[in-house]
Amino acid sequence: MLRVSGRPRLEAVPVPRERGPDPRSDGGPIEAGVKPGYIDHRSVCMSGPSLQPGDRVAVGRDMLQRLFDALRGAGYRLVGPTFRDRAVVLEEIASAGDLPAGWGDEQDGGVYRLRQRGDGALFGGAAGPQSWKKFLHVPARRLWRARRGPSGITVEEEGGDAPRFAFIGVRACDLHAIAIQDRVFLQGTYADPAYRARREQAFLVAVNCGQAGGTCFCVSMGTGPKATSGFDLALTEIADGAHRFVVEVGTARGAEVMREVPHRPAQAEDLAEADAVVARAAGQMGRAMEASGLRDLLVTNPEHPRWEQVAARCLTCGNCTMVCPTCFCTTVEEVSDLGGESAERWQRWDSCFTMDFSYLHGGSVRASARSRYRQWMTHKLATWIDQFGTSGCVGCGRCITWCPVGIDITEEVRAIRGGAPGGAGDGEVKDDAHA
Amino acid sequence: MVPRPWRVLGRRQETRDTFTLELEPVGGGDMRFGPGQFNMLYVFGVGEVPISISGDPARPACLVHTVRAVGSVTAAVCRLRRGDVLGVRGPFGHGWPVAEAAGEDVVIVAGGIGLAPLRPALYHLLAAREKYGRVVLLYGARTPQDLLYAREIERWRGRFDLDVQVTVDAATGGWRGNVGVVTTLIPGARFDPPHAVALICGPEVMMRFTIRELQARGVGPARMFISMERNMQCALGFCGHCQFGPAFVCRDGPVFRFDRIQGMFGVREI
Repeated sequence: MLRVSGRPRLEAVPVPRERGPDPRSDGGPIEAGVKPGYIDHRSVCMSGPSLQPGDRVAVGRDMLQRLFDALRGAGYRLVGPTFRDRAVVLEEIASAGDLPAGWGDEQDGGVYRLRQRGDGALFGGAAGPQSWKKFLHVPARRLWRARRGPSGITVEEEGGDAPRFAFIGVRACDLHAIAIQDRVFLQGTYADPAYRARREQAFLVAVNCGQAGGTCFCVSMGTGPKATSGFDLALTEIADGAHRFVVEVGTARGAEVMREVPHRPAQAEDLAEADAVVARAAGQMGRAMEASGLRDLLVTNPEHPRWEQVAARCLTCGNCTMVCPTCFCTTVEEVSDLGGESAERWQRWDSCFTMDFSYLHGGSVRASARSRYRQWMTHKLATWIDQFGTSGCVGCGRCITWCPVGIDITEEVRAIRGGAPGGAGDGEVKDDAHA
Repeated sequence: MVPRPWRVLGRRQETRDTFTLELEPVGGGDMRFGPGQFNMLYVFGVGEVPISISGDPARPACLVHTVRAVGSVTAAVCRLRRGDVLGVRGPFGHGWPVAEAAGEDVVIVAGGIGLAPLRPALYHLLAAREKYGRVVLLYGARTPQDLLYAREIERWRGRFDLDVQVTVDAATGGWRGNVGVVTTLIPGARFDPPHAVALICGPEVMMRFTIRELQARGVGPARMFISMERNMQCALGFCGHCQFGPAFVCRDGPVFRFDRIQGMFGVREI
């Protein structure tokens, strides 16, 4: 196949500054203090009174595999966090054994490394480099095929069945990101049928965060760390003492799956510990962003000197747009065979940081790095609200962690809010909660 | 959304690098469109490009596009010959407010190939001429050789119910018409500013100065409409390329009421 447009593909490349531990070489699951069998499964309800959305139950750590089996039995392909390239990535998983047991992460501007937690937590890290958009709004897909025939060209639209995914371990920030992409792809003048097919079938198992990352700021964006809606089931992992999960049922579909999983009613003690887990994460936020009035602030400041200052550091590599769970821009490439008899249109993720992105005959509308960074951040935090009724930022912190030069969107907002040329302005905002 | 095949019925060279194609749908049918809307034209094996419709909205079975060869896809469109087939998706976007302009004077200001998306509006005005007040066309091109639709403009100039003024930036031998940028035609144009609607299309710098001149004549910003151009790949509001502040040009434009985008129109690289 001949690629007519030869632009390099963009993808987020993990660039940890320091060498992290190799989870494959020395990192077996750590079962510190875990007593399997904490929950007496002889007395659990399997077919007792059926669960309702809002119900909370407790399951033992070893029952997670039963949940996976139930989902698999219901026809879902499981996708969850697992190790690859010294990062926790989202891929298809075969069993609970593929989860990164005992591993957490350290994140800062341009820094990501795994570390041993010292417990057996299965969901002990913060948001990794990837988000669920790669399964719903896929990085590359064929839109249509065209063939040259005797009467011109015939065009065949891409169809086929969408995969049925169960997402294991969706964080609150990413639930919000999925809801935001729902608005982008399903609620406009046109709807994207490929996104809709994948989205409608997806089963979402959320996980409430018990550990915030150094670049997290969901609390200030009102998007976490607790999952409040948009999930089928939400887990809170209690890794201290008896390793167990509190499971909140979000939908009837979620309740149906839980019928297959031995569980018991959550006790006051379970609920108190689960609440404490979320409260701990909420208190650990590495960053904060003052979100009020952001739209007007950015829309009225296109000429702020800070854009020049950040452009001097920005490499316009596009990493932030690739790791962002809400960035949705795409480009289309024409791919034809050498015989010239058939051609395909391929849609790929694109980034507003490239020169091609705004190209018109004669040149790019946004030629300077200044204008491209301004476009990304103003869109994300301001004009997104005009377009979709919500901010495009969920406070996951990925754009900070995966920026090779550590540009921090929360710091850029503070600088523009501070108003000082070059963007000093630090310490002016009260809720600036750098830990 | 996939393209439908249309066959090239006719091809006319307008200027050195600009061609007008007339298309008929393969297997019949038509395409109803509003003046100012655009289509995505697909050339097999090359790619897709947004091009405004420049034909008569009253003739939906004949699709007309005027294309300047400036890139790989537009060059391929311009190389098509009678009988060739291309793909068309559309029509897309919001066009000129020809219905809302009823009862008003209409001033059309076009620069270069900017006349192409305005021609359907002019067809519409002339077809319902009694509904409008004065109709003025001010058209500027770089040289006399760059004038689009030259014979048609001559016919329009012969009408008593249409005021047509043409100018060129640089005259060549034999040109006895106006010389100067199109904005120089505005002070002398005959229309009633408080009761006029302006439809403007051309390079952004031309539109900027046109707006300034029209404002000097007393035309309000809510009575001026401009057609914006941005990179477009999907035309559905998904690909993100055509964003202009909060607007998706493909979906919310390409024609905008000027007062609604006034704040960002002057910002460079937005």
